[in-house]
Amino acid sequence: MPDPSQAPLPDGLVVFLKRDCPTCEFVIPVLKELAARPGLTLFTQDDPTFPEGMGAEDETDLARSWHHAIEAVPTLLRIENGKEAARALGWHRGDWEELAGVSGLGAGLPDWRPGCGSLSVDPTREPELRLRFEGGVLRSRRVELAALEDEQEAIFERGWTDGLPVVPPTEARVMAMLEGTTRAPDEVVATVPPSLVEVTVEKIAINAVMAGCKPEYLPIVFAAVEAVCTDEFNMHGVQATTMGCVPLVVVNGPIRRAVGMNSGVAVLSPGNRANSTIGRALQLVIRNIGGSRPGEIDRSTFGHPGKLGMCFAEDEEASPWEPFSTDFGVAAGTNTVTVFACEGPRLIVDQLSREPDSLVRSMAACLKAVHHPKLGVALSALLVIGPEHGRVFREAGWSKAKLKQELAEALVLRGGDVMRGAGGIAEGLPLPPGTEEVQLPKFRPEAFHIVFAGSGAGLFSTIFGGWLTGPEGSQAVTQEITP
Amino acid sequence: MTEPRILLDPTDERSPAIRERAPRLDSLDGRTIGLLDISKARGDVFLDRLEEGLQKKGAGVIRYKKPTFTKPAPVDLRHEIAVHCDAAVEALAD
Repeated sequence: MPDPSQAPLPDGLVVFLKRDCPTCEFVIPVLKELAARPGLTLFTQDDPTFPEGMGAEDETDLARSWHHAIEAVPTLLRIENGKEAARALGWHRGDWEELAGVSGLGAGLPDWRPGCGSLSVDPTREPELRLRFEGGVLRSRRVELAALEDEQEAIFERGWTDGLPVVPPTEARVMAMLEGTTRAPDEVVATVPPSLVEVTVEKIAINAVMAGCKPEYLPIVFAAVEAVCTDEFNMHGVQATTMGCVPLVVVNGPIRRAVGMNSGVAVLSPGNRANSTIGRALQLVIRNIGGSRPGEIDRSTFGHPGKLGMCFAEDEEASPWEPFSTDFGVAAGTNTVTVFACEGPRLIVDQLSREPDSLVRSMAACLKAVHHPKLGVALSALLVIGPEHGRVFREAGWSKAKLKQELAEALVLRGGDVMRGAGGIAEGLPLPPGTEEVQLPKFRPEAFHIVFAGSGAGLFSTIFGGWLTGPEGSQAVTQEITP
Repeated sequence: MTEPRILLDPTDERSPAIRERAPRLDSLDGRTIGLLDISKARGDVFLDRLEEGLQKKGAGVIRYKKPTFTKPAPVDLRHEIAVHCDAAVEALAD
């Protein structure tokens, strides 16, 4: 944050100017009127000989401009006892007269003219200035590249990436990323499994830069890291298992639209920057801070393409139901992430069901295959209902609770069908003889989730089969997003 | 002369701790061996056979079990094994 005490200004009237600003040229007669009294100091950002003969101070290092958050030139300040008492931007006769306590300023000039941008907020200068004036807060080890070393090759060689190129985490880029949060860089966000290391705001910002995030995504990445690092989510198990699962991140609340997340056409595809890079940043944190790399702690048999990142937003506006996050007791309209440990997505193709009863039976038949058609009871799943399937339930007036209830009934497993050996298949539930007519649920009721997303064209929905659930496995966790 | 190019380290910056292995046992006779079942299917079958073999060689055996294979062993359990056993065998998976 700019700190005025780092660059004190003299008491009296202070004006920030630059030669390359027509309004600054335009107010020279006014400056001359003010210079007729004591207590006027001029600071020129680009050329201290401007305005000629007025003895402007050299402000080419922009330190005062930075620490006093000067956004435009000319800016007129009144400083009293070392503190800013009033400020006027551009030329506005009324404001200048009131601030200076002088009437009749700039006779013959128009009443008002906007200023130009201050050099201290010039997009080409700002990153370097932020680093120069505020970069002392960064604590991470500096890695200096040799003159002939290629940035990307150096990053690959150090094992910092997921196998794709990253944005090199320079100090200036990390400082710009930290503009996305009000948290201090050294604040601890979570303890990251499997290495159980405390991760700071700064370290997450570095990985978010590498993932390609914009600063405004950073709070969403924090929430995702916080959510997976809970005992309920059990990131250690999710990351180490041979089964190969990843945390799917679902975002709810107004922040989805504010940062431009995709919840519509091709919602699960790469291409939307927010969806792609928020999920990737979480994975880079798990890799670089948690220390989980394939073949080391990550023992998954096949791995999972979603380990590059798997994140999307719910289409709350088009949904027939209340937002997904409210299923976890959060008020609608709250910005949240929900993380769910799961396999890759697979489609339910049903192009003919126009009645909810038919569509429920259809979905249940597909959901029975999660893990294995003969396994169940303690499983979990997340069903993404597409808009054309959602319309069938909307028109029938089905609530989300009713849909879950109907699906659970259609998913009841008969003991004799799923016991080990049944159907000539060794795999199955460990049921003793005599339990053939026992009825068993496919999923734990609290571990069966429904989200609404996707394009308005296409009679499809998507299943994410879950990992082990309950206290012994991984439970979905909702975390509020805070700046 | 170009400016040096500096990157910030995205890792936890911990150097891996290198720990000495405990000395190998020269004999099993009279020693106590901990067998840790991680709660994976059929881990117990493997450990039952191992227990028989160890007892034939004169070793005492104490059996332990993790509450779930999906999470690290609780600290208390690890401490108990370290206090009561000369060596431990973990049945890792099915």
